[in-house]
Amino acid sequence: MAKQYDVILVGAGSVGVPTAMALGALGVKTCVIDKMASPGQGENKHAIGGIRATHSDPGKIIACMRSIEIFSTWQQIHGDDIEWLKGGYLFPVYRKEEETLLKGFLPIQKKHGLNIDYVDADTVADVAPGINRQGLLGGTFSPDDGSASPLVTGSAFFRRAVATGHVDFYFNEMVMEIHRDKGRVCGVTTNKERYDAPVIIDAAGPFSRELGSLVEQDIPVFPDSHEGGVSEPVEPFFKAMLVDLRPAPGSRNYYFYQNAHGHIIFCITPDPPIVGIDKRETSQFLPQVAARMVNLLPRLKNVRVRRVWRGLYPMTPDGSPILGWNKEVTGLLHATGMCGQGYMLGPGLGEIIARMVTREVSPKDAVVIDEFSLYRDFGKEEGLK
Amino acid sequence: MSKQRLTKHPVMEVDQGEMVAFSWNKKSLQGIKGEMISSALFANGIQVFGHHTKDHSAQGMFCANGQCSQCLVMADGLPVKSCMTPLTSGMVVESLEGLPRVPGADDPIERKEVEIRAVSVLIIGGGPAGLSAAIELGKLGVDTLIIDDKDRLGGKLVLQTHKFFGSVEDSWAGTRGFEIGHILAREVEIFSTVETWLETTAVGVFSDKVVGVVRKNRYVMIKPQKVLVATGAREKMLPFPGNTLPGVYGAGAFQTLVNRDLIKASERVLIVGGGNVGIIAGYHALQADIEVVAVIEGLPEVGGYKVHADKLKRLGVPIFTRHTVVSANGEERLESVTMAAIDDNWKVIPGTEKTVEVDTLLIAVGLSPVDEFFAKAKEWEMDVYAAGDAQEIAEASAAMFTGKIEGVKIGKALGAYKGDVPREWLDKARVLKSRPGEIKKQPPPLPVPEGVMPVFHCTQEIPCNPCTSICPEHIIKTENDLITGLPHVDDVNKCKGCLNCVAICPGLAVSVVDYRKDTAHPTVTLPYELGRDAVEKGTMITVTDVDGEVIGDYPVQRVVANKKKFPGTLMVQIKMPHELASRAIGIKEQKSPLTSLDIPDLSACPDDAVICRCERITAGEIRAAIRGGVRDMNQLKGLNRTGMGACGSKTCRPMVMGLFRDEGVDLKEVTDGTHRPLFVEVPFGTLAGIKGGK
Repeated sequence: MAKQYDVILVGAGSVGVPTAMALGALGVKTCVIDKMASPGQGENKHAIGGIRATHSDPGKIIACMRSIEIFSTWQQIHGDDIEWLKGGYLFPVYRKEEETLLKGFLPIQKKHGLNIDYVDADTVADVAPGINRQGLLGGTFSPDDGSASPLVTGSAFFRRAVATGHVDFYFNEMVMEIHRDKGRVCGVTTNKERYDAPVIIDAAGPFSRELGSLVEQDIPVFPDSHEGGVSEPVEPFFKAMLVDLRPAPGSRNYYFYQNAHGHIIFCITPDPPIVGIDKRETSQFLPQVAARMVNLLPRLKNVRVRRVWRGLYPMTPDGSPILGWNKEVTGLLHATGMCGQGYMLGPGLGEIIARMVTREVSPKDAVVIDEFSLYRDFGKEEGLK
Repeated sequence: MSKQRLTKHPVMEVDQGEMVAFSWNKKSLQGIKGEMISSALFANGIQVFGHHTKDHSAQGMFCANGQCSQCLVMADGLPVKSCMTPLTSGMVVESLEGLPRVPGADDPIERKEVEIRAVSVLIIGGGPAGLSAAIELGKLGVDTLIIDDKDRLGGKLVLQTHKFFGSVEDSWAGTRGFEIGHILAREVEIFSTVETWLETTAVGVFSDKVVGVVRKNRYVMIKPQKVLVATGAREKMLPFPGNTLPGVYGAGAFQTLVNRDLIKASERVLIVGGGNVGIIAGYHALQADIEVVAVIEGLPEVGGYKVHADKLKRLGVPIFTRHTVVSANGEERLESVTMAAIDDNWKVIPGTEKTVEVDTLLIAVGLSPVDEFFAKAKEWEMDVYAAGDAQEIAEASAAMFTGKIEGVKIGKALGAYKGDVPREWLDKARVLKSRPGEIKKQPPPLPVPEGVMPVFHCTQEIPCNPCTSICPEHIIKTENDLITGLPHVDDVNKCKGCLNCVAICPGLAVSVVDYRKDTAHPTVTLPYELGRDAVEKGTMITVTDVDGEVIGDYPVQRVVANKKKFPGTLMVQIKMPHELASRAIGIKEQKSPLTSLDIPDLSACPDDAVICRCERITAGEIRAAIRGGVRDMNQLKGLNRTGMGACGSKTCRPMVMGLFRDEGVDLKEVTDGTHRPLFVEVPFGTLAGIKGGK
């Protein structure tokens, strides 16, 4: 006899775990299946931990504003320290191109109530002490954004989900088959067990395409990989996430911040993208990112890098997530393709997903759902990635 | 001259370098230019190097090998590993209190592209295995780069003041380790195709088959066709309350301080672990005039060579088997150690706790291979080989052999060597790696009271036979001519009493009894390595048997030395009654030093023991997580940061696994942590292509 649930959630990662937590809080009996050994061991732990609401599209802004609320009040409400640090996001500007681009987003960002402004070079230097002043024009700064530890958060959300009493996690299990009954999903078989539920949520991130193929659905999620790293801890000297949008040979933007423990955590976007699911560390990354970082913030030259890793960005063609019910396979809900922003989007989206399951979506939720539809035109590109 | 510097050593030459001034927390001190900062601090009696940011616990020396990052200090404004950073004149050294402050050096940087270097063979590690491989590759004319993170070649041979086991022809048996290091290093220099990079640390192996190395603060990416990992071993840690106090550190670290840097690192030391490393460290302590309170061992028998253990026992160092450390006690540094007897289930037997006042506790509970480079290179499908301890933990004599073998294998793979690895090499490597055999307690043969002859106090089969090669009369044989066989004399009448066998035996387990002048009171020659003062002619010495049992006190008749051929070994001659002569082998050094203090035992709380030293996570915290259902080492990181520190869980991983097992978890259910580059931290500036440091 298969185990009976209200919802089967595939993927215990950046989206899956907070969604399970939200479902559990609404009393929805949920089964979470993940092929890794514990929560957040896929791409969640590869995230560097930045959390911002300062996007250029309303859907992400709404979801991330709620995420920030959840991250920033977590310790107060639940007691565990997820290392939330309200350090803000700083986009320093050295060229007209970035100035024009960033200033262009301000009206929509302000319209949604975001605390963000274009600031002068002195203010940028106050936020990022020691920043290279040669040619520095200014930048945007959004002080309410911040960071937290993906590793710690993954565990905290997992504990909370389990504590609701409505969520069971099954690790080291992989979905091999999705069962349907008269066009409606009714359960899954893993390499170990069968589980039954009328709703299946796809939170499989980079592996959504494989999952979709089990029910002949082509979900446009194409992973590429980015490398990240962490330094030794040093006495805190800046708090903001620094994002340098300028391109350079072999890379596009790169970003880094100093976390609550004093570690510098950093990442770079390769150009051209490295498509595929290869997560093996390469030798190019460190010299490339280090050269750019010490150019921007010279005093980093004396900080020692501790470790590097490579993680996957489950990309969609237009760089925005996919959220919504599958029209051809009833009961299949996609929450995937977070394009590297699953960690910051997860808690906010998780609540919306839970309300989609219980059919309690709000008008604000509808804005997000509409924007992230699986059936949208994927031809447009997001402004601020 | 500080009293913590050795001014004389029975084996090592004390070559005083140039003294320079430096400051420690604004106080002016003297150190030797170029010595590691940690040694300069130890020489000035400083062993607390800073305090941890998490709980302000005192931090100090642990590995002395550039691996663990426990010994960080601030030098000229930057955090550095004090055990790997040479002292310079006028250096401003400060303790690291909490997190280091990043200096505001904000001038725009100038950088160069990182050098990429292609090479046929990269050998990581210039110890016995790496050097032996390099010699073979040199003979074959293969373009080879050998790198080592220290400022000299030799690896751990540099620290070995004792004579080696093995056989003379293959592994310089009877020669002292550091001398073998010199011999191998000189041989490597002969070959023009072998290049040596010192002070060069391998920091990562990447999927594009590149090995990242930092050579004197410059980052270089090496593209080798073949890699030989000869990185040696690291010391295992033991969890008990107080195990991270400064003053508790590895036996290898101790040997580095004492034998390489000639620092009297301690006044009184207790050693936990009765393997060769622990026992030899005890012997090295005595050579440096450091009192050894005891060696304690959890097993019912010591694991090291019996001849090594016997050397210690004879010098009066008690060895307590079936004992363990209950706790290390002290506030800022080690003040005492509580030890106790344990039962067959490794449980402390109540009432047997004893607290001894020591300033140093050496951990010598075994070694594990430094195998992360090999594992990564394998994962990336590189042509990688391993030799020495990185392949399998064994003696240095075995490492030299596996190095030779892997060197030839690589030569063959590159087409530079035809034929197969000589069969006898493989056999010898296997023998040299063999564990010590059963102890065959046989009473020493009662010598015929006439003539002269050696008496062998060697009762355990180990791979060692220099006595057979050194005998000019060729009368010393081992059983069945095996290197592991026990020695005996073939034809007693041929012995001329040359004393070579006494001088060469690494175990100090051969005496010579000479009846030629006086059959009732033969002259007995005993080997001695602890400095001439204690055995000058006329001094009364306490002579012991092989187990350290006192036979009696006798005046020294004569001291014989052959400084050139057998440096560091003295041959002490006494006259003894003939019925006792063949029992004598040792000279007792110490009066029973173990004393019990009446300190209340506060140790029944092993949950306090720190497991992850870097992040300071205790056994209790990890146990709680395991009991809460954690089966993934990666999940532990998210729960309490276990294994996230500078060392990359190199130290704690085996202990965490042990905790899983002790909690009744089948280790097959446990997911191991993911291991990633870098293996050693490297500054952004170095990686960016600018010279690291200031």
